[in-house]
Amino acid sequence: MTYRIGIDVGGTNTDAVLLDDRLRLVTKVKVPTTPDVETGICEALHRVIKDSGVPPEHIGYAMLGTTHCTNAIVERKRLNRVGIIRIGLPATTAVPPMTAWPADLKAELSPTVAMVKGGVEYDGRMIAPLDEEAVRAACQKMMEKVDAVAITSVFSPVSREHEERAAAIVAEEMGADVPVSLSHEIGSIGLLERENATIVNAALIMTARTVAEGFRRALEREGIRARLFFGQNDGTLMSVEYAQKYPIRTIACGPTNSIRGAAHLSGCTDGVVIDVGGTTTDVGVLVRGYPRESSVAVEIGGIRTHFRMPDLLSVGIGGGTLVRVENGRVRLGPDSVGYRLVEKGLAFGGDAWTLTDTAVALGVMKGERMPLLDRDRCEQVYRLMVAEVEEALDRMKTQAGPVPVVLVGGGSAMLPEQLAGASEVIRPDHFEVANAVGAGIGQIGGQVDRIYSLADQSRDQALAEAEETARADAVQAGADPSRLQVVEVEEIPLAYLPGNAVRIRVKVAGPFKGCASPF
Amino acid sequence: MNRLDAQAIEEIAVGAAVLGSGGGGDPYLGKLMALAAIERYGPVLCIDPEELQDDDMVIPLSMIGAPTVVVEKIPSGRESGQAFAMVEKWCGQTAQATMPIEIGGVNSLIPIVVAAERGIPIVDADGMGRAFPEMQMDTFHLAGIRPYPVSLVDEKGNRMLFETEDGLWLEALMRSATVTMGGTATTAGFPVTGAQVKTHAIPKTLTQARQIGRVLLHARRLSRDPVEQLLEVTGGWMLFRGKVVDVKRRTEGGFVKGTARFAGTGEWQGRQWCLHFQNEFLVVEREGIPVATTPDLIAVLDTETGMPFTTERLRYGIRAAVIAMPCHPAWRTEKGLETVGPRYFGYDLDYVPVEQRLEGGRP
Repeated sequence: MTYRIGIDVGGTNTDAVLLDDRLRLVTKVKVPTTPDVETGICEALHRVIKDSGVPPEHIGYAMLGTTHCTNAIVERKRLNRVGIIRIGLPATTAVPPMTAWPADLKAELSPTVAMVKGGVEYDGRMIAPLDEEAVRAACQKMMEKVDAVAITSVFSPVSREHEERAAAIVAEEMGADVPVSLSHEIGSIGLLERENATIVNAALIMTARTVAEGFRRALEREGIRARLFFGQNDGTLMSVEYAQKYPIRTIACGPTNSIRGAAHLSGCTDGVVIDVGGTTTDVGVLVRGYPRESSVAVEIGGIRTHFRMPDLLSVGIGGGTLVRVENGRVRLGPDSVGYRLVEKGLAFGGDAWTLTDTAVALGVMKGERMPLLDRDRCEQVYRLMVAEVEEALDRMKTQAGPVPVVLVGGGSAMLPEQLAGASEVIRPDHFEVANAVGAGIGQIGGQVDRIYSLADQSRDQALAEAEETARADAVQAGADPSRLQVVEVEEIPLAYLPGNAVRIRVKVAGPFKGCASPF
Repeated sequence: MNRLDAQAIEEIAVGAAVLGSGGGGDPYLGKLMALAAIERYGPVLCIDPEELQDDDMVIPLSMIGAPTVVVEKIPSGRESGQAFAMVEKWCGQTAQATMPIEIGGVNSLIPIVVAAERGIPIVDADGMGRAFPEMQMDTFHLAGIRPYPVSLVDEKGNRMLFETEDGLWLEALMRSATVTMGGTATTAGFPVTGAQVKTHAIPKTLTQARQIGRVLLHARRLSRDPVEQLLEVTGGWMLFRGKVVDVKRRTEGGFVKGTARFAGTGEWQGRQWCLHFQNEFLVVEREGIPVATTPDLIAVLDTETGMPFTTERLRYGIRAAVIAMPCHPAWRTEKGLETVGPRYFGYDLDYVPVEQRLEGGRP
């Protein structure tokens, strides 16, 4: 039997599960997330191995869903110095790179920016030949001043030639070990948003390496020689090597993991998932077992990107959310004691009144001790909390009628057995570690999002080419080519252009290479 | 007279997206360009048409081309000034002001770039009161004003000046030139006099865009229902709330045509609507009966935020409130409907003002 470990790092807890080759849960643990994240991961890993009694050599795969990258951006810490090359002159100078970035984040990246001639038109004609001398000059300027390079060329989703040529020049001038992020591998049409995502990706390379090394060390310490995978924000996995190239794809994988885990544990493939953590409650929608994706431009740390993210509604309700009474009215949060709930909460002997304490006082859930709180006041707080969750549920639903609701996350024990708008409230076994389960069950994904001209090829040829590219992406990320399946195909014709240009997006997923189980 | 500062530009950008009726391009890029311009040159004066002298020369400015190209191949920033100067040179006269020709979408904000650069005011008016896809679809065309000269400039520095017989020729020639230029370009002209602006432009549309933007940006903070508030400030009508259950698109002659089917939600549950669109939302039908058509404005708004969806962003599962706002009376004339009525866009329907269709209750 080959086992797999799924770990999910949340804002409050780090969860780990051990799954067998039929994806059944064997062992689960929950430990507080530590400020350095890594200590928490080691602890969770250590405990899940110890508790399971499974010999370390039987663990074949380890999947990590982590907030490292999100935290690095939000906290503006541990970010790389980034060299930015934009290829597209004479176009694009009206809005230079990093316009509208928060000043502190921009400063943190100490960017060295170069804008050079090149790029193509929507139909592949050149705007200008790539100015190779300017790229070389940019490299000289960046030498010793940057840790990673982000290259974005106009219409690279149509032709990636100039980005790839510029990357080759960077390797020649600055050395092959300088990490280079190319925009056509990160995002789609929309120069600024794609460039932003590419810069963020470049800024996160070191963070991703640190995490990967830390994870590898932690596994080695336990005597585990497993293959490592990272969770992506679309609900699929990527190999650890791949994750170090595309760390941005790990951002927001946590909520995605919860939704995927909720589907797996409950058997419910369509409905609403309510994930209650220590600080927030995330409400997401399950569509055929995957999270519904957001249709709006996504902000990461105050930067606009068009990165695909799960469509989530977050409300400030969590197990650690602080309760206050001001002028006779109760107020929930928005601040939370977070992972310090187990030391600060009244139910754990601390002096902070949290929502968990309220639920314990009302007998909804158990705590270490009974908080001394006024019952009427607690009922008032509880009603307010439930009403907020029900409102969030109502706003996320796609239909007016009641829908199945799956409750997951450690904090969901606070919620009642019935919710307005829910046809049934499902609290699956192991609900409190659904996120780690979601990480553990993941398949390898690949996608493509590019512009194809239908002037000199048929629609079917373009679709086939796109699918081929998505498959190649998945195989690079570690998938077994023979078992890949198409998850989603989307095509959007482009307005005001002759020649029937069409944007095609294809997503594929499948088990990883060498995986004996059918999952 | 008022000053357009960064705050005003943020608000106009949101309002312009609503007035775009699903088209007109994402105002985000126009916003960044306008913000960059006022950061460099200072705020821009926005004047009422009545503040113009009758013989003042006003040159409108806009971008032309495919929204998907504009967001990818961003202008160099020099096009606006060059395009403006070409028209001035032809006229042998300096312009006193600029104005948007189209308030809906990205073009509401492009003239701010030139206004800031030259220190001239922008007129609080436009030629559409919304977004339309073709050059001749403006109120100056309705008034019979010959649209020349018009300049066209791309980011590479290619410049053309058009002296065409009428708006239809202008549309045809400029469209093909723009495609050759790579799908997007900046255009200035045709010049109009202060008197013509007062008589034929649609006044106060920058102010209207700003009001809409303020409501939506503010409503999100106060968590009040943004759609209801939007109806109040625009005099619009709620058509229905629903969920997109199907979207079909096809490309014809460079334009995307499509239909979205909606299933009603809440009090509209159990009913179906069809929304027909090309570059903009053009016709809404409930079970075969039209309830709103072009040139009245149709907007599809996110039920949570009130933020508008463009035609490109419509997809299965989106929940939206669909509203209609009466167009400017100029579009309801015979020539107006000939230019932008349902039949011009290929729908075999007569135009009936939305408020008449909805009289006597909801559809």
